[in-house]
Amino acid sequence: MRIRLERRLKPSRSAGVLVPLVSLILALAFGALILLATGANPLVTYKAMAVGAFGGKYAFSETLVKAIPLILCGLGVAVAFRMRFWNIGAEGQLAMGGFAAAWIALFLPRLLPDLPLKWLLPLMIVAGFLAGAIWGLIPAFLRAFLGVNEVITTLMMNYIAILWIEYLFYGPWRDPKGYGFPGTAPFPQEAWLARYPGTRVHLGLVFGLVAAVALWLILTRTRWGYEVRVIGENPRAARYAGIILWRNILLVMLISGGLAGLAGVGEVAGISHRLQKGLTVGYGYTAIIVAWMGQLNPWGVVLVAILLAGLLVGGDQIQITMRLPAAVALVLQGAILFFMLGGVLFNQYRLRLDWGPRRRAAKPAAPPAISGGES
Amino acid sequence: MTLALITSILWVTIRAGTSLLYATVGEILTERAGILNLGVEGIMIVGAVTGFAAAYHTKQVWVGVGVAMLAGAAMASIHAFLSVSLRAEQVVSGLALTIFGTGLANYLGQRLGPGGAPLVGMVGPKFTPVPLSALADVPVLGKSVFNQDILTYATYILVPLLWFFLNRTRPGLHLRAVGENPQTADAMGVNVAGIRYLYTIVGGMLIALGGAHLSLAYTPGWTEGLTAGRGWIAVALVIFATWDPVRAVVGAILFGGINAVQFRMQAAGTTIPAAFLNMLPYAFTIVVLVFVTWWEGIRKRVGAPAALGLPYAREEKR
Amino acid sequence: MAELDPIPAVRMTGIVKRFPGVVANDHVDFEALPGEVHSLLGENGAGKSTLMNILSGLYVPDEGEIHLFGKPVVFRSPRDAISHGIGMVHQHFMLVEMHTVAENMVLGLNKPRFFLNLRQIERDVERLSAQYGLRVDPRARIWQLSVGEQQRVEILKMLYRGARILILDEPTAVLTPQEVEELFATLRKMTADGKTVIFISHKLEEVMAISDRITVLRGGKAVATVHKAETTPADLARMMVGREVLFRVEKEEREPGEVVLEVSGLCANNDKGLPALKNVSFTIREGEILGVAGVAGNGQRELAEVLTGLRKATAGSVTVLQCDITNCSPRKIIGEKVGHVPEDRLGMGLVPNLPVSDNVIMKTYKERPISTGPFLNSGAVGRFARQLVEQFKIATPSVQTPVRLLSGGNLQKTLLAREISISPRLMIAMHPTRGLDVGATEAVRRLLLEQRKQGAALLLISEDLDEILELADRILVLYEGEVQGIVPAKDADIAAIGLMMAGVKPGQEPAPERRPA
Repeated sequence: MRIRLERRLKPSRSAGVLVPLVSLILALAFGALILLATGANPLVTYKAMAVGAFGGKYAFSETLVKAIPLILCGLGVAVAFRMRFWNIGAEGQLAMGGFAAAWIALFLPRLLPDLPLKWLLPLMIVAGFLAGAIWGLIPAFLRAFLGVNEVITTLMMNYIAILWIEYLFYGPWRDPKGYGFPGTAPFPQEAWLARYPGTRVHLGLVFGLVAAVALWLILTRTRWGYEVRVIGENPRAARYAGIILWRNILLVMLISGGLAGLAGVGEVAGISHRLQKGLTVGYGYTAIIVAWMGQLNPWGVVLVAILLAGLLVGGDQIQITMRLPAAVALVLQGAILFFMLGGVLFNQYRLRLDWGPRRRAAKPAAPPAISGGES
Repeated sequence: MTLALITSILWVTIRAGTSLLYATVGEILTERAGILNLGVEGIMIVGAVTGFAAAYHTKQVWVGVGVAMLAGAAMASIHAFLSVSLRAEQVVSGLALTIFGTGLANYLGQRLGPGGAPLVGMVGPKFTPVPLSALADVPVLGKSVFNQDILTYATYILVPLLWFFLNRTRPGLHLRAVGENPQTADAMGVNVAGIRYLYTIVGGMLIALGGAHLSLAYTPGWTEGLTAGRGWIAVALVIFATWDPVRAVVGAILFGGINAVQFRMQAAGTTIPAAFLNMLPYAFTIVVLVFVTWWEGIRKRVGAPAALGLPYAREEKR
Repeated sequence: MAELDPIPAVRMTGIVKRFPGVVANDHVDFEALPGEVHSLLGENGAGKSTLMNILSGLYVPDEGEIHLFGKPVVFRSPRDAISHGIGMVHQHFMLVEMHTVAENMVLGLNKPRFFLNLRQIERDVERLSAQYGLRVDPRARIWQLSVGEQQRVEILKMLYRGARILILDEPTAVLTPQEVEELFATLRKMTADGKTVIFISHKLEEVMAISDRITVLRGGKAVATVHKAETTPADLARMMVGREVLFRVEKEEREPGEVVLEVSGLCANNDKGLPALKNVSFTIREGEILGVAGVAGNGQRELAEVLTGLRKATAGSVTVLQCDITNCSPRKIIGEKVGHVPEDRLGMGLVPNLPVSDNVIMKTYKERPISTGPFLNSGAVGRFARQLVEQFKIATPSVQTPVRLLSGGNLQKTLLAREISISPRLMIAMHPTRGLDVGATEAVRRLLLEQRKQGAALLLISEDLDEILELADRILVLYEGEVQGIVPAKDADIAAIGLMMAGVKPGQEPAPERRPA
């Protein structure tokens, strides 16, 4: 008896929905096992996580707070991945966005004292977008014109960007009144992103949702979206069809890096109001998971971002209330991703149980046919 | 530039390059089988923390090595399962491994110390340099090359052995064939899936060993983010080495050298801020990669195993 | 011919093999005797390759049994089959390009146990080489060898493993007529030795020349097994197709018009940097088909790529209707109304995972009404796709179906439909009917002739000389990147063309070792 994989005749509609669902359930089951092994009650834990993430206005708002950078970076990563451009550099692009915004907030008023302060925020947003875009364009150029592997270049740029901002807020930009905590001085009030009253949810959420809509429209309704689809699915055919690869690589990374840069602006202008340690906590990397689990679809990204953010917030909560390590959230996240990665296979293949070649009932072998005849 | 300075730089270079070399060589084996494993950084750091924790608690440095290699094998087998049997997208699977490996390692680092306390700052058993009697007396070269720890000495033998294995033995031929042309290898009766599993896992063990060298010899000890991207540099070095273990040595020396220079300059009290010195390896990786890509493009040599990163399935109707 | 042993070397009974959506082998019985050349004849898709892939262990049958020399066997993998003495030479060679001949010889063997003694292997290869007349350098790397030489390596590989049963899948597709004769001589030496040769083909003439017995497959079923002496090509054709086969498609006489394509002194390199095209010059007029004949690997692919902007020309010029398109981008060339049906349908010509509708707009997506400004009109796209599906009778559940689910014939129809929809003045078609069944082949040829009728100029590159003779007005022969000659197709001298394909220019004496057997 063998288990075989057989290619499906047409992509299964139901599999597209069932697979993520089943992966989720399997992952929760796996997590439950781990919890049991460490002596915790899975049901109680899961409930505590859910409540911590979604139970009540404050909890949900904190989830949204974490979701904003995941949405923005996730959208950026998703659009790049659609073209099979593996942008691992969202973390660095986010950092550079934060850096540019911080520079505008802290130093532009000194450079241009006549500038009305209400221009600060718009300039920060533009600068952050551009900074992230440029940071992403460097590896894009290298790939488009020199064929250099983007996985490594975007990643190396992360380390450089993080070292750069660390240098700044530990060194020349450090706030002398900072009580030893590494970070810059706080931004002027005019450089603070508006928040929904009573919560920390800032305007970045609106940017994220607008970006999702825009991206969705672009990918499904425009010529450029079509080109991205073709390049991502079959680059040789794209070239054959006359689609210019380098232009698309650059354009895609402009958007991808820019969105991550916006995430950085959101964090510094909406949450911390300064450039400080704690900006780069891995949103850029988690965004890769968000993009993948969201199946590179803008709405999927938004949904998964909120769910994953909930997972993170819930994980923080149980650390406080149940003294469980926050890594439970990490394990769950990992499990979900791995099960989903494996599950994608079932969109295209189906399991078959093979009982071995069936023996025919004993029949005398026919003498070799000598003359022709229909079978 | 005194002789003592050169010797000291060379010594640090080789020492710093050892962990890189293990990781690079491990990834070379995996990629030669056609599997792209971007989980190197995650495996390396998990190897570092588990190795150190095990050595710390058992007070036996070799137990640390063993545990690290086991951890590496376990992590690599997840990637192997996803990539070979489930034909998942190898880039994403490897990335996932790195992201979670890094998180897992940090978590373990917080809980595996004495009585559940963090491991940071703990002092455990380590590998110390063992000068090789007469050889170590040779000026400059002897004092640097033959004054290293056992794990480093092991690489002196491992690398040529691996080269010989790849190019002059039957199992090595099969490994290469699987990465170049799995359809052909399969048709000729080679067990493609088995080989891909085997070398992904063996590669993982070597990568984890590289991580263990960091925590059991080089640093030694554990801090968060110990590997600082070395795993990724190893991935770049595989390309630089054109998938040849002997060339990998050159890469490891190059980057070990940068580390050495970094330290020297900091120790000498240079005015360049530490941050910029720390950026050196990463910037240098980009430069090296650009150069290598351009150079190979000019020479039109096919470097990568032709089937790298592509899942293989036998029953597809052609 | 040796006295035939009554115990069959191979006996396959009741073989059933299913793939999603198709029964490739439907209760097939087949047997072959030692010392005979037994041909498996059938059109593309009849199930010949599948049956032999089962015999060689690559596929596992869903039902049925295999007996070798009277003993039942079950193969779980190619290794099993090889160890029982079965060797298969596939259409697409199973060779590792980067490795040497010697390394390919030994791949998959259990001996040598661990250390590779390459010198010894090379000596063994040379010995076998001499014994069967298959000349090859054991130290050469596969990518350095010609296609004919690579095939010799494949055969040697099987002999090296002591194969008693040799299966050859469409071996002559890549050979010149002279090389075919050499291959046949080798096969006869093998059967004289008592080996069994199973010869898969869809070419009637060759099958009649080499076989002792012939089994015809059609639509997955075994139709008949006959002795060569007791049948004729017409009989075989009827069995293959099940109806009277029209060997000629209607082609009307036409006066060619203006010059559409002018190629002058064209030179280009291949992927390895070696010259692939040397000083190629020719013209094609409106309403004319120029067929490019030649064994694969003599520059045809590079020619098609240069003409469509996918490869740089190192010298020379290409003009379409007085417009110089040398080294222009594919986009510009498409704009000049040049259609391209590439050799690699799913790899280059289409995007397998995208729906039919996305694929058919690939060349026209920037124009009205498909798009307005930066936006795609999904309504217009749908209408356009449905219109093409109807016009070209493409069998697909809907225009949203991903193209990879279509059969070979419908894939090609989709490709052609798209190219024709730009109303090309010049169409470059490379191996347009390769791998298609008779119905689809006829449809494709008719479409090409229709374009000719409408005044397009066509460049037809095909490895099927019969197809070129049928469709082309003039024939150009390429050998090692050089134009050996351009002759009118009407009343063409096949022997002369064959010689040109082997590098002998008209008027030259063929070199001694190239004399046909």
